[in-house]
Amino acid sequence: MNAAVVSRSRRRPRRVASNDPSAIEVAELPSYGFGDHSLMWWGTWGIILIEGTVFALAIATYFYLRTRVINWPPSLDFPGPLWGTINLAIVLASAIPNQWAKRAGERQDLAGCRQWTWVLLAFAIATLIVRIFEFKSLNCRWDTNAYGSIVWMLLGLHTLHLVTDAYDTAVLGVLLITGPLEGKRFGDVAENALYWNFVILAWIPIYLVIYIAPRVI
Amino acid sequence: MTSATVDPARLPRSRTLDASEVLELERTWADRPGLIGWLASVDHKHIGRRFIVTSMIFFVLGGLLAASMRTQLAKPENDLIGPDLYNQIFTMHGSTMMFLFAVPVMQAVAIYFVPLLVGARNIAFPRMAAFSYWIFVLGGIFLFTGFALNIGPDVGWFAYVPLSGPQYSPGKRADWWAQLITFTEVSALLASICIICTVLKLRAPGMTLTRIPLFAWASFVTAFMILFAMPAVMLASTMLIMDRLVGTHFFNPADGGDALLWQHLFWFFGHPEVYIIFIPALGMLSSVIAPFARRPIYGYPAMVLSLIATAFLGFALWVHHMFATNVAELGKSFFTAASMTIAIPTAVQIFCWIATLWTGKLNFRTPLLFALGFFFILVLGGLTGVMLASVALDTQIHDTYFVVAHLHYVLIGGGVFPLFAAFYYWFPKMTGRMLSETLGKWNFWLFFIGFNVAFFPMHILGLEGMPRRVYTYPADMGWGTLNLVSTLGAVTIALSVLVFIINVIASLRGGAVAGDNPWGAGTLEWATTSPPPNCNFVDVPVVHGREPLWEPVRDPQYVAGLATQPREVLLTSVVDALPDHRLVFPEPTIWPFVSSLAVTALFVGSIFNPWAVVWGAIPIAIAVTAWFWPTEEETRKSLAVEKSP
Repeated sequence: MNAAVVSRSRRRPRRVASNDPSAIEVAELPSYGFGDHSLMWWGTWGIILIEGTVFALAIATYFYLRTRVINWPPSLDFPGPLWGTINLAIVLASAIPNQWAKRAGERQDLAGCRQWTWVLLAFAIATLIVRIFEFKSLNCRWDTNAYGSIVWMLLGLHTLHLVTDAYDTAVLGVLLITGPLEGKRFGDVAENALYWNFVILAWIPIYLVIYIAPRVI
Repeated sequence: MTSATVDPARLPRSRTLDASEVLELERTWADRPGLIGWLASVDHKHIGRRFIVTSMIFFVLGGLLAASMRTQLAKPENDLIGPDLYNQIFTMHGSTMMFLFAVPVMQAVAIYFVPLLVGARNIAFPRMAAFSYWIFVLGGIFLFTGFALNIGPDVGWFAYVPLSGPQYSPGKRADWWAQLITFTEVSALLASICIICTVLKLRAPGMTLTRIPLFAWASFVTAFMILFAMPAVMLASTMLIMDRLVGTHFFNPADGGDALLWQHLFWFFGHPEVYIIFIPALGMLSSVIAPFARRPIYGYPAMVLSLIATAFLGFALWVHHMFATNVAELGKSFFTAASMTIAIPTAVQIFCWIATLWTGKLNFRTPLLFALGFFFILVLGGLTGVMLASVALDTQIHDTYFVVAHLHYVLIGGGVFPLFAAFYYWFPKMTGRMLSETLGKWNFWLFFIGFNVAFFPMHILGLEGMPRRVYTYPADMGWGTLNLVSTLGAVTIALSVLVFIINVIASLRGGAVAGDNPWGAGTLEWATTSPPPNCNFVDVPVVHGREPLWEPVRDPQYVAGLATQPREVLLTSVVDALPDHRLVFPEPTIWPFVSSLAVTALFVGSIFNPWAVVWGAIPIAIAVTAWFWPTEEETRKSLAVEKSP
């Protein structure tokens, strides 16, 4: 798509002579960028800060509610760790295709972007399927007691992120195949990878809180 | 005022483009014609103007609710309004003023002016800014529809549990409040990202971090506060509505929940909220004081650092709203200390303004009057704030009219007076017309006198023990006279706002023509025409100082080489604002509006059926995908100017 050169007749209405000191000529600057050059990268970080705050407050609520009762979980079995641990393995493993998708984006390698975006989507769908069994192994319902409410909320919040990012990735995956394409889409692939990294990293503390914390506090 | 069509006879002049190129540039940045075009606008000036007008309509509605309360309280044992309706009215008043006026109007002014202040052609993520507006206005309509249907919330603007929980508030009223929160917080959070990214990446070349105008700094700092504060209330209101609708137990002590958890989460948002209103107002004051003292603000680095310090400290105060609860005493001492500490950065700013005014040549026009009114009222509100930071005193006067007086001195003094200063100051830029000075002075004096007459007696009523949120009081308490005085003050405020509305309407029709820079100010918004053209700046400026228009002309003066078609903007580096790359900005589109309707359907539906969250997500997914999906036409235009990094 970089090779696409369309008529540039309307592009630069006036070029300033290179020795004109009154103007900065920007026509030759690139028309997209990666990482902290990119506007979308900063926007993605904004979303990450918001959602990271939500996760942090939900975890704080978990420990606050812990202080309100004597036993934890209150008169319930511990959550079964099997499916959650499997999901931890899948989510951590997804960091590899995610990193390759990011690199393919930064190399502007369209075939690589397509391939790794779809592999990443497969991982996302796998975690969502395992997630169903995770909910079943919590050994409580959201309306059992406040412990059940916050555990379901933590897992639900993370699932919401999995669903939205899986959908995001699917839309991007389709766009990469059908077009219309332009160079900016390579940046979208890289920023989708940034957001998926957040979903991966968020799962580690939430996993620890849901499955490990009740056994040690 | 609409720019759906471009009038070739009224094009701004350019130093880099000829007339036909300016025409093409303006057509590129114009909205599309017709109603669809109006709904599809992604121009930050149109979004900002609608946002300002809408939030001012909510200000008037909130004011009418206040007037009805003052009428009820004007005499003892009045039976004009019954207790049930009164509960709805004070809840509607507080919720409207906080969630539909004070925070949104500050963001609205930022959406309009931050891009102009930093020399950008549009706000970052303009479609998201449009969505932010639509979801806000739909949230407001939702709240007032509920009120009209007798399901207006009636649990106070902070909706404490257990009162707002399923046991004590059956029916839909508290759900209505909880979903209003979701609407307004989504709007505020998304607008914050737009503002942050605009300030970080869309500044004119040369506008280094140490040259960013103070209002842009203030909006930037506030946007960060919103990112960290608003999630708390969204999480809390979601827990509340789940307790009410699907049987969770977050706030139910019988099943391991806790009522104080609500207060912690609410005030972790609620106290920063005060500064989310106050910090933009500080930025407005700095914008106004410099041109009316005819010198740059004294102590710019101290001003910026104070804004940032205030933002950090604002998160360490929330427990001072909970002194009357059983929080640990040591904790209370910490929050007392923090509450007193935050007076320091505020005082630093006030002293910097005094130094600016002292050494300046004052121009006593209406904007400066409102700025000076701020000093008087805010200092009084600040002093009662220092008093309330003391646990011993707070325990005595908690939930009395003393607190009502304090919070209105802080919020009206610290928010509304600077806002009016900003209106008088920036109205000429937005409309091309000056507001009348005569009506402006009436507006100011009626407001200033009316405000003090309305709210000062409340200090005394509070000390005499009158509790807030009572719909009436017995005659033998002896509170009748002061309440009547307070009501007369409220009427005076209403008159003042009426004068303002008349001033706006009359000035739009026949006000003096403003010209580009009627106040002789130094920041970039005054470098372009009034009102600004569709593209904001025909020649994107290059900046060499903090007050670019007060600086001697230096080369380079402007940017050359941005396309007239498509909508191309220049991105600069975060710290030094060096040219980084060009970026094609999105075209107008109806999809943010459609998405906001889909989100509204989900929010409203979920009050009646939890499964609406699942089914309602489908139309949202479709609308948001259509919003993101590039058209062939857009892609073709982008490719025409594409250059790989």
